[in-house]
Amino acid sequence: MPGMRMTAATLLLLVCCGAAAAAGLSARHAWIRLLPGDLPAAGYLELVNTGADSVRLTGAQSPGFGTIELHESSEQSGVARMRRVERLAIPAGGTLVLEPRGYHLMLSGPSGDLQPGERVPVTLEFSDGTRLPVSFLLRDASGR
Amino acid sequence: MTRPRHNLWAVAVLLMLAAGCARSPSPWGLHDISGLMPPLVFTLHDGSGHIRHAYDFRGEVVLLYFGYTHCPDICPTTLASLVSATRRLGAAADRTRILFVSVDPARDSPAVLQRYQQAFGPRVTALSGTPAQLRELTRRYRVSYGLGKPDADGRYEVSHSSAVFIFDRDGAARLLATGTDGAGKIATDLKRLLDG
Repeated sequence: MPGMRMTAATLLLLVCCGAAAAAGLSARHAWIRLLPGDLPAAGYLELVNTGADSVRLTGAQSPGFGTIELHESSEQSGVARMRRVERLAIPAGGTLVLEPRGYHLMLSGPSGDLQPGERVPVTLEFSDGTRLPVSFLLRDASGR
Repeated sequence: MTRPRHNLWAVAVLLMLAAGCARSPSPWGLHDISGLMPPLVFTLHDGSGHIRHAYDFRGEVVLLYFGYTHCPDICPTTLASLVSATRRLGAAADRTRILFVSVDPARDSPAVLQRYQQAFGPRVTALSGTPAQLRELTRRYRVSYGLGKPDADGRYEVSHSSAVFIFDRDGAARLLATGTDGAGKIATDLKRLLDG
């Protein structure tokens, strides 16, 4: 069964290499603000890079949401805006902060069964091909 | 000999005036816009599809904020902060009203508005209107909004004012808060407005 062997080999590859956490990267304070219905949510966290190299966050995926994009909010001259960004750098020895009114994940197409108080897995993707699985706490619209 | 004395008096008076100006007696932590903006007037619809007028909210201190529901970050963050500010007032919170005016009526149907306001609790009323009604209201308070170009999936961003206009119980414009004013600072001024 070469097909089976292939699947097993692929799995092994995913487990041992593809899913290997980016060296020196860790996440903390990860949470998502859920809005009602199918409205897009916002995700926040801090990414700490204790590695020797700068790494760039390039995307994210989650079984709880259709698509996830990196966004930046800004408020200038009394006007609030949001724009998509392609990547966010985490310098060696530095921290990238995604927080309300700043950088955030925009998570569109929430699956219908997400509830505040529960957790949802999100896999962060980096420019060097590594991934970091992070468990996000779901909060309600008011962030509680 | 009297001339220098006069000059001294003039300097002393000027110094006293300057000191008075520097120690501005404004009791407000937020920006005072009394007399600078017109009273609250609008015709919009609510989450039940009913027409609502500004005078429906007379008797309540009104916090007016413009946004859109597909805004995952700044709008809910601001609304949560305003709700938190009203909660700090205790029972007096019942005399406040947070009006969230969606400038994106194409996506924000009454049903969407209804679900959205429920997510923020009883102090929030979500409203929207026709483009003409929204233009009239935003022009009245000299704020702008814009709908971005839709992407391949038809999604688009909306730019909107980050200001929160606060009106007293008679509908007179009194204070201006920005998104970054903390809930505590806003609560202090709301309390003063309710007491006044």
